[in-house]
Amino acid sequence: MATLELRNVNKTYGNGLPDTLKHIDLSIESGEFLILVGPSGCGKSTLMNCIAGLEQITGGAILVDDADISGMSPKDRDIAMVFQSYALYPTMNVRDNIAFGLKMRKMPAAAIDEEVARVAKLLQIEHLLTRKPGQLSGGQQQRVAMGRALARRPKIYLFDEPLSNLDAKLRVEMRTEIKLMHQRLKTTTVYVTHDQIEAMTLGDKVAVMKDGLIQQFGTPQQIYNDPANLFVASFIGSPPMNFIPVRLQCKEGRLLAVLDSGQARCELPLGISDAGLETRELILGIRPEQISLAPAVANGLPGIQADVQITEPTGPDLLVFVTLNQTKVCCRLAPDVPTRVGDTLNLQFDPARVLLFDAASGERLGVNVTPRQIGADNVAQFKGR
Amino acid sequence: MTRSLAPRAFSFSRLAIYSTLLLACALYLIPLIVMLLTSFKSPEDIRTGNLLSWPAVITGIGWIKAWDTVGGYFWNSVKITVPAVVISTLLGALNGYVLSMWRFRGSQLFFGLLLFGCFLPFQTVLLPASFTLGKLGLASTTSGLVLVHIVYGLAFTTLFFRNYYCSVPDALVRAARLDGAGFFTIFGRILLPMSVPIIMVCLIWQFTQIWNDFLFGVVFASGDAQPITVALNNLVNTSTGVKEYNVDMAAAMIAGLPTLLVYVLAGKYFLRGLTAGAVKG
Repeated sequence: MATLELRNVNKTYGNGLPDTLKHIDLSIESGEFLILVGPSGCGKSTLMNCIAGLEQITGGAILVDDADISGMSPKDRDIAMVFQSYALYPTMNVRDNIAFGLKMRKMPAAAIDEEVARVAKLLQIEHLLTRKPGQLSGGQQQRVAMGRALARRPKIYLFDEPLSNLDAKLRVEMRTEIKLMHQRLKTTTVYVTHDQIEAMTLGDKVAVMKDGLIQQFGTPQQIYNDPANLFVASFIGSPPMNFIPVRLQCKEGRLLAVLDSGQARCELPLGISDAGLETRELILGIRPEQISLAPAVANGLPGIQADVQITEPTGPDLLVFVTLNQTKVCCRLAPDVPTRVGDTLNLQFDPARVLLFDAASGERLGVNVTPRQIGADNVAQFKGR
Repeated sequence: MTRSLAPRAFSFSRLAIYSTLLLACALYLIPLIVMLLTSFKSPEDIRTGNLLSWPAVITGIGWIKAWDTVGGYFWNSVKITVPAVVISTLLGALNGYVLSMWRFRGSQLFFGLLLFGCFLPFQTVLLPASFTLGKLGLASTTSGLVLVHIVYGLAFTTLFFRNYYCSVPDALVRAARLDGAGFFTIFGRILLPMSVPIIMVCLIWQFTQIWNDFLFGVVFASGDAQPITVALNNLVNTSTGVKEYNVDMAAAMIAGLPTLLVYVLAGKYFLRGLTAGAVKG
């Protein structure tokens, strides 16, 4: 149980190489679950190794419980890590694997036995204690790797893509189990993944990284609903957010985004009024589930007619692809309405949820205006009609 | 009735294959057979019989005489080989561990330079080595010869261990560091127990090299400290008296048996180590 704070952490390998980590600033409370997520090569694993002390930072400070640990060696940091490859000691049996860290810390033998028994019970691996890692399945190895981390009762757990070597079914099971474990133990945890589902489901806080920079740091909901830029918006969410290039028009002092499906046009009112925007290349971001079928009775939301080009039934949803502004757009619809390729659908959007990005910089526009406020404005407008 | 996959019918091609194999096998085995047979013959038997004839009377007299002559040198060879093999293997393991898991600036260059040692012919290092041994006060001592073998073997053992440890995931070392293990604990508790196969490879290689060495032995050891290879040479090349082929052959067998034994024993462990130490993931 400890707080973790990273202050302006920098990491470079020198020789004129670009910095691997640039000005990383973040902090989490005691017991929180932090997710570092990003594409491969974004620096998330390096950052984790820096926290563990396996790599030295070249600038800034890492603080645990407000004490600077950046100069300490890994063994003095009281941090345990679960590796992607599990890194179980192949010549030791499961019991010795779990006990190794305790022996190194000169714990008395009786206490070690007790601790191993506790951890084995917690992870339901009591029957495996005498086996060698090579005799275990992937899921069992995963449990032992977690057991080794749990046994030390460290201040902070680090997980380095722990589920990526498991098959899909086991991955979902272990994900739930890790969450359960965290809810029970309430130990501060840092978890590296490239899987946005893991990021959304496990984290209290999520840091989305790219090119050694933190793109956004917030709760999963903030990251999902209120992405800071095009990269975060595209990285989080499955199926991914639709990005439609748009031109803005100004009508009666309001900015409208124009959508064209080839057979119909729609003017989407936006809650922003920045004069310079009409001339810029902009991108409209709409998540698939924010596009719905218009009800028979008009509800005042802006809509458009579009032809169905592809349907992908996933079971719980029906993904329908249409073309808006020459861009393929995915809509997540209820599967109970029969939809076939070639049908013309009446789609509608919730303007309150629509995001606007600058095409050149990828930055989100009107970030300071939260979507909820825009929504309130629009509802008021619709009521006023 | 199930039919065997092997063709039952006699065929000339098969006969040709088997007879070629048998011939090759015989060619390889005949020298050994001649040696064995001759070593158990009496001197008269050797003079009267032919090379491949069975001994008229099987006698151990050649072996006894051979042991009396080279037995002392046999123990010299043991005293040279065992420490040289053990130390060069251990140091090679340590070198390989550092060069694969604790890379430092210039470690690749260091490794590259070390590899030069594998390509150096023995003859080129004779003079510098004897000069160095003289300076160290180890000239014409068993320790000196051991030192030469260790230094010369390090290039090979380092190469073996370094390449073996490169295939070990470095996450193991990182996990052990987080668990609180230090440099030597990680080496001794994690890596060495995994290294049985490569240790066996090193032992076989080094034992064969050092036991069979003649040149270093003849240059750096003198008198009673000489290894068995040198003693064997002296025995066979004596120009006085009657040539005792049975003694020569028995002495050659005595000189060759330990390497054969190491192959038979360590080869088994080597295979076992290969299958048991398999690392998953």
